[in-house]
Amino acid sequence: MPIAAALLSVAGLAGVAVAAPILTARRVRWATPAVYGASLVFSAVLLVCGLFGLLGGSAYWGGVRLPVGLPWVGANFAIDPLSAAFLIIVNLGAVVASFYAVGYGAHEEEPGRVLPFYPAFLAGMNLVVLAADAFSFLVAWEFMSLSSWALVMAHHHDPENRRAGYVYLLMASFGTLMLLLAFGLLAGPDGGYAFAAIRAAGHAPWLSGLVLILMLLGAGSKAGLVPLHVWLPLAHPAAPSHVSALMSGVMTKVAVYGFIRVVFDLAGQPAWWWAVVVLILGAASAVLGVLHAVLQRDLKRLLAYSTVENIGIVFIGLGLGLAFKTNDMAGAAALAVTAAIFHAFNHSLFKSLLFFGAGNVLTGAGERDIEKLGGLIHRMPETAYLFLGGCLAISALPPLNGFVSEWLILQAILISPELPQWALRFLVPASGAMLALAAALAAACFVRAFGITFLSRPRSPAAETAHEVGRWQLRAMYALIAICLVAGIFPGPFLDALSPASQLLVGGAMPKQPILPHLAIIPISESRSSYSGFLVFFFILMASWAAIRVIHNFASRAVRRAPPWDCGFPDPSPQTQYTADSFAQPIRRVFGPIAFRAKVTQTMPPPGDTAPARLTLSLRDLVWEFVYEPLEGAVLYAAERLNVLQFLTIRSYLSLVFAALVLLLVLVATWA
Amino acid sequence: MGLILAILVQGAQMVLVLALAPGLVGFTRKVKARLLRRQGPPILQPYRDLYRLVRKEAVLADNASWLFRNAPYLIFATTWVAAALVPTFATGLHFSWAADLIAITALLGSARFFLALAGMDIGTAFGGIGSSREMLFATLAEPAMIMIVFTVALVAGSTQLSTVAAFMVDHATLRVSLGLALIGLIIVALTENARVPVDNPATHLELTMVHEAMVLEYSGRHLAVIELAAALKLLLYISLIACIFAPWGIARQGDGLLEMAFGVVTFVGKLAVGGFLMVLFETAIAKMRVFRVPEFVGGALMLGFLGTLLLFVSRSF
Repeated sequence: MPIAAALLSVAGLAGVAVAAPILTARRVRWATPAVYGASLVFSAVLLVCGLFGLLGGSAYWGGVRLPVGLPWVGANFAIDPLSAAFLIIVNLGAVVASFYAVGYGAHEEEPGRVLPFYPAFLAGMNLVVLAADAFSFLVAWEFMSLSSWALVMAHHHDPENRRAGYVYLLMASFGTLMLLLAFGLLAGPDGGYAFAAIRAAGHAPWLSGLVLILMLLGAGSKAGLVPLHVWLPLAHPAAPSHVSALMSGVMTKVAVYGFIRVVFDLAGQPAWWWAVVVLILGAASAVLGVLHAVLQRDLKRLLAYSTVENIGIVFIGLGLGLAFKTNDMAGAAALAVTAAIFHAFNHSLFKSLLFFGAGNVLTGAGERDIEKLGGLIHRMPETAYLFLGGCLAISALPPLNGFVSEWLILQAILISPELPQWALRFLVPASGAMLALAAALAAACFVRAFGITFLSRPRSPAAETAHEVGRWQLRAMYALIAICLVAGIFPGPFLDALSPASQLLVGGAMPKQPILPHLAIIPISESRSSYSGFLVFFFILMASWAAIRVIHNFASRAVRRAPPWDCGFPDPSPQTQYTADSFAQPIRRVFGPIAFRAKVTQTMPPPGDTAPARLTLSLRDLVWEFVYEPLEGAVLYAAERLNVLQFLTIRSYLSLVFAALVLLLVLVATWA
Repeated sequence: MGLILAILVQGAQMVLVLALAPGLVGFTRKVKARLLRRQGPPILQPYRDLYRLVRKEAVLADNASWLFRNAPYLIFATTWVAAALVPTFATGLHFSWAADLIAITALLGSARFFLALAGMDIGTAFGGIGSSREMLFATLAEPAMIMIVFTVALVAGSTQLSTVAAFMVDHATLRVSLGLALIGLIIVALTENARVPVDNPATHLELTMVHEAMVLEYSGRHLAVIELAAALKLLLYISLIACIFAPWGIARQGDGLLEMAFGVVTFVGKLAVGGFLMVLFETAIAKMRVFRVPEFVGGALMLGFLGTLLLFVSRSF
């Protein structure tokens, strides 16, 4: 039974978490490799459990009930195709991150602040995916949130990190509260908290609708949906890089899992307006996330914003899935949901890869601000190569994996004119346009990220003296880029593997992907569309090889090195290069006035005056301004007003208690 | 036997696009010169230029990286594969289902990604300005292209170009949505190929330039390969417009060699007409300021979106 092995491994991770502080307190020298090595082993076992659960068929599904937790429910854990799929996503990320951390963790100044929480974080994420009742789900969710909060606070000397931790804690508690209410509504007054009981009970449409809204707030805040994304760009960069990779690449997927589990599996038949809400939020996240990302200077913050974008893409897929499911178009729904889960998987791979790359840059050059980097391709050649692979994958360029999942979502959009609801018919093409816009902006964002960081000339002494990192880090990244490539050129088996999950969620599956001819994937039927990553990859390889061979053999292969041409006036100062800000300036100028109310004011001194000219730029984060600042104002206002209640006499308190009691009794009397 | 023949026809398509691409560029230059009452270089001049460049030694900047040296070949290979997947003289080629129109768009995106990175490699101001602007235009041109693909795919019921071409031959009717898509596609084609209202392929060393700024540091065989890729891209867009909006004369699946030969002749004719019309438009219009371009390309995005929306409302538009 994989579930038993999985739970034992989670227990093992918890054991590592308990042992880690003892090791660090005794200043054992091998504490770091031991903790990460043990985490790696246990995650690998969990990964195997997930693979068995997804590929092995129903023989490996099933659950257990442990006699802890709520007395009448117990603690239920189960593996079904959906949890198996996300078990793979979580633990693939965990295995690679642990491997990376064996090398990266050696640079940690205070390992005692990271080592105990890292395995606890992994255990929490795994338990969320394995949980099969609301109580264990919420406990595991909170465990995951708190352990990751502790990791965000690992470098707490930096006041920015403390603020990030504070915002994260607030958002996480808010999210858990919403989930608590959602599960409370689903379980009903009898307290049927087991997922099986929730699934069996029918739910009123208004109740399911309310659950959807609560899930969007609860799981959406963890996943980073706009406008609940504000903590991501603060918290993800604050943690050590391998933890950033896990938080951005994997924990957001656990939130996606929670959303899918409740909305597709537990909440019953969806109404059509669910799709509207999910599509709008998904499209807004995709575009706003990448517009923020393209303007960032901090490499890790840029990556965190790009996570917001990719979560938006996943939610566009899920919204399409809901739209098709509510209209009983099982095949189309299966395509959309499979594409969404596949994109979640792909994103976990290349986002981890990119965060590892950012970690390497941080180790090698000691700098996260891309304006101070440049030319790292010469000093960190392997990191540059691997980071480039991640950039290609995340920009949805063939033949890598990011393209395949976005292509599948676009194919799902092309089926949607058959939807009967008018609102969806208008919204779906709009979200398709937003998806395409986000993909194109992502390409611009990662050209900028790679070009400014790794290409051109060094912009600071730190970049000039950067050095390549150790083997552990690089090997972890090679593993990730290899999986990205395999998923990009042989996507068929991955889609086939997800068919039991889509069967569970929408009652249909994508057509079985043919091995022959030539490993093409076919989302609906062959005459409609097909794509063969393998052939595209093969042709590109052959065409470039042929071009190189022909030119080198029959023409010239001579190379001469010379100073740069630059129209005849090369300036030796690196200051004359394009900077990250100047690269983003045209995009800011086109999209900024709408998305950020960007304002540029120039003050030129009159001719003859030697005062410097000034250029001021103001960018406004509209989400902060229109959501969080009014909210903060309202909370402060309410607190001011309620402050009076702190200074009352005992008589007044007693009469308030009495009044509350009377009020509640009246309410009970009128309702019951 | 059938398989070998199919692969041979596919190979013929790959060789054909490669062989015709510089000729198309030469033809457009000649027509443009004649329209300006100049004599102009001979049509075969681009072939001679390529031959000359290929034999020269490549001069690399001191700090050029491996990316700079390999990018031209990758750009060329992705563009060539994309151009070979657009039906030119025959539909239903053996590998045509390897990538649909969305994948072809994305392949061109890969080429652009490497070109923009190559522009930034040396760390000169010109390269950076070119890359930055190219990516800006792409952020609007690519979604516009996807929306146009949507419009066409909703009409033809497929994103597969062979199926689209076959559908257009059989069921060609005037449709509002297709008209919008055609205008949008022309705008995208002008933008992507750095033609006049957006960029000027004839100038060097102007602050307005985009494409030429990115390739400024290239020389010798690297430059030759990049110029060939640019020519292939121009050919790709004209054959794409021809394949969707004027597919007549194209050989169908199962047709014999005679039909294919006829297809080649009509294809060359379509290239000539397409190139001529493009140059006519270029000669009649002035170049835009850089920040007018997003409005121009944004227009294509809106047209494509409108076409898609109309088809979502009713299949008969």
